[in-house]
Amino acid sequence: MNHDPFHWGRPSTKTYGEYNYLISNASNVDRSVKSNSEFPKMHTQQPMITGTSVIAIKYKDGIIMAADHMGSYGSLMKLEDLKRIIQVGDDAVVGISGDISDFQYLERLLDDLQIEDAYDMDQEHLKANHLSEYLTRVMYNRRTKMNPLWNAIIVAGFDDKDEPYLKHIDLLGVSYTSPTLATGFGNHLAIPLLRKKVETEDDVKKLSKEDAIQTIKDCMKVLFYRDARSWNKYSLCVIEKSTKSISLEHEVQVENMKWDFAQHITGYGVPQL
Amino acid sequence: MTSIGTGYDLSNSVFSPDGRNFQVEYASKAVENSGTSLGIKCNDGVVFATEKIITSKLLAPGKNKRIQSIDRHVGVVYSGLIPDGRHFVNRGRDEAQSFKSIYKEPIGLEGLISKLGYYVQAYTCYNSVRPFGINAIVGGVDETGPHLYMVEPSGVYWGYQGTATGKGRQAAKAELEKLDLPNISARDAVKEAARIIHLVHEDNKDKDYELEITWVSTSETDGIHKVVPADLFAEAKKYAEEAEAGSDSDSDSDSDEEMES
Repeated sequence: MNHDPFHWGRPSTKTYGEYNYLISNASNVDRSVKSNSEFPKMHTQQPMITGTSVIAIKYKDGIIMAADHMGSYGSLMKLEDLKRIIQVGDDAVVGISGDISDFQYLERLLDDLQIEDAYDMDQEHLKANHLSEYLTRVMYNRRTKMNPLWNAIIVAGFDDKDEPYLKHIDLLGVSYTSPTLATGFGNHLAIPLLRKKVETEDDVKKLSKEDAIQTIKDCMKVLFYRDARSWNKYSLCVIEKSTKSISLEHEVQVENMKWDFAQHITGYGVPQL
Repeated sequence: MTSIGTGYDLSNSVFSPDGRNFQVEYASKAVENSGTSLGIKCNDGVVFATEKIITSKLLAPGKNKRIQSIDRHVGVVYSGLIPDGRHFVNRGRDEAQSFKSIYKEPIGLEGLISKLGYYVQAYTCYNSVRPFGINAIVGGVDETGPHLYMVEPSGVYWGYQGTATGKGRQAAKAELEKLDLPNISARDAVKEAARIIHLVHEDNKDKDYELEITWVSTSETDGIHKVVPADLFAEAKKYAEEAEAGSDSDSDSDSDEEMES
């Protein structure tokens, strides 16, 4: 890798030959059009300000979920107080990564949904399984219009039988569940760690709440270490079946970090002798 | 109504020679004979109450809610033709949603009522439609505080500290005037609402009724329109019955007089 600040991150010319700039300028604009200027601008075809991973794990009495407070504009930390886990009704939380303007759009959709749900002033009807089905339909509908909402979503909470419920939904409208879920970089960095604790549904029954929280905290630490678009403050959500409660805590700090090794690292930015 | 049969009452949008629009006046007649509804503005919110006449023993108790929400912070109760009221509420919901989708904040009460007033008024202008057969009491809490309005079939709306409509409106209004509005607390307003509905039902005693009360209050419901909790409802009902037992003789003759005027 080339460490020169102007060519940072690119394969070295010596080994790989001259860098092909078409790679970094690649676009998903339809190339049958001769030049970009002939084509309408498609601002929503790539994410602008983004949020990184959301991670979640099931334990014997519920679900733990976390997502950090950062909103990145490319590599710039544009926002550092962005709360990406939102409560929807009494029985569900939604953690959203990816494009933040699309996240805010989804936030408003869910708010409208709650207002409609409350028209009858009866009890809350919106359960986590209803929300995940709704969001899956929204995401699929938008991808079918070739204008997806650029997000990956994790829905957690209680379903209509009051059982813990966990689902991952992506920008194509695909949804799936698993005892451990993550979006974005979390899929690569956190999932292996989470699966060490919980590989199957059977393992879920063995994991205590304290253990699950600690596992999630450790994962948030590793994500802060290794994901350059992450931050050391995050939201932590604890869903507990026995008390039928959802607690959502913000501004949780990454703890017990060790940065001693950092002083020995050389070669980033300005070439060092 | 000396002009009945002169032909000027057959269509909307047609004035009689003495400047009246009869269809609108007839719509008000539809309101006058239905169950009483009232709204009270209190120090930090609004209380709605309605007297639901039980038209059949087969109707499920506690279902068939009559007070509705337009948005989280806005409630409505109406007397008159129920389907007209439902349509009115749906229009209010559409207006509230559209406001929120444009401005990303909840609609203010004054803005909402002005749109609904225009909407109701439009139904007096075309001969393909008929006016709304309802008096709708609309209220809630927005960032400028509590508000209470009543819209009439003509589309006119006024702001009130307390108002009533339906069969027992005159007795109810007389009772509302005795209250220290809008300085009473939301809890007291709930109790008074129960008492007044109970009182004005006297004149209609052959029919059973069910009481329905909802409220929006900054201190009690965090500015959200909700059905009053069961314990407060029971307390209010008890208060209403005790008030009736306490002043049976004098209040009866009072309300009769009001009805005459």
